[in-house]
Amino acid sequence: MEIIVNGQSQEVPEGYTAEQLVNSLELVGKRIAMEVNEEIVPKSGYSAYAFMAGDRVEVVHAVGGG
Amino acid sequence: MSQSAKASQPLVVAGTSYQSRLLVGTGKYKDMNETRQAIEASGAEIVTFAVRRSNIGQNPDEPNLLEVVSPDKYTLLPNTAACYTAQDAVRTCKLARELLDGHDLVKLEVLGDEKTLFPDIKQTLIAAEELIADGFKVMVYTSDDLIIAKELEAMGCVAVMPLAAPIGSGLGVRNPYNIRFIVEELNVPVLVDAGVGTASDAAIAMELGCDGILMNTAIAAAQDPVLMASAMKKAVEAGREAFFAGRMPKKQYASASSPLDGTFF
Repeated sequence: MEIIVNGQSQEVPEGYTAEQLVNSLELVGKRIAMEVNEEIVPKSGYSAYAFMAGDRVEVVHAVGGG
Repeated sequence: MSQSAKASQPLVVAGTSYQSRLLVGTGKYKDMNETRQAIEASGAEIVTFAVRRSNIGQNPDEPNLLEVVSPDKYTLLPNTAACYTAQDAVRTCKLARELLDGHDLVKLEVLGDEKTLFPDIKQTLIAAEELIADGFKVMVYTSDDLIIAKELEAMGCVAVMPLAAPIGSGLGVRNPYNIRFIVEELNVPVLVDAGVGTASDAAIAMELGCDGILMNTAIAAAQDPVLMASAMKKAVEAGREAFFAGRMPKKQYASASSPLDGTFF
């Protein structure tokens, strides 16, 4: 199935979890936050959160700003 | 309380006390090392940052900003820069709260115009209301309009932050009387946010009675950002002391400083 991660389409297997995505992005242990379809997915829930086809996923972090 | 004691009172934002009245941003620095050094030189305890998409697959070894500016050492203040709608600003704040493990102090800015980066007040009010209802503590960037500033305070914003001049312009305090009105009328901290260009601008804002100043470009875009950060720290302290010291009245003509009696010529 297809999901959109930070604006880019990505093919993932059925049942693909938020935890698997964080692993594949090499962001394990990094300070990040995730939302799916504009709803926050708490860090504690990554392993149990399975994406659905068409999900729009945003993975964000802190950058310099004023 | 003596004027001197008043001048050394801490800044209290949402129940937390800070010795420093200078808040700094982390944008536009040449690298993380310069960011860290400038923040240290500024003495700031509250530090702003922005929330953006993680750079997928790019520079995985580059340090994360939050490794350089640790939440253990600083009060981190996520901003909603580049948001032009209340909806985007609220989304950004929710992501920031998740990013910071539930820390709910945010700097709300909803912009209305790309050229001036002036705030969109209608959207700002909508976002502030929604965020406060959701438990956020909102420090709000706004215009130097007293009526709006009072409205934002009444809604429950924990600090009101009028601009001195457009963001990143370095023009200094363009409407000192407007800033003064806001300082006089509000009970929550009033911080000048944006527009300061150099140390004297910071001192002027503090001499107007502002509770603090938030700046980024004035330090980051200086020839020597670390030295400017140090200058800003002193300017904010000097301006604060001058405000409580009470300046002499201005006069049109001279008044000799040395006695006129006892001259021998």
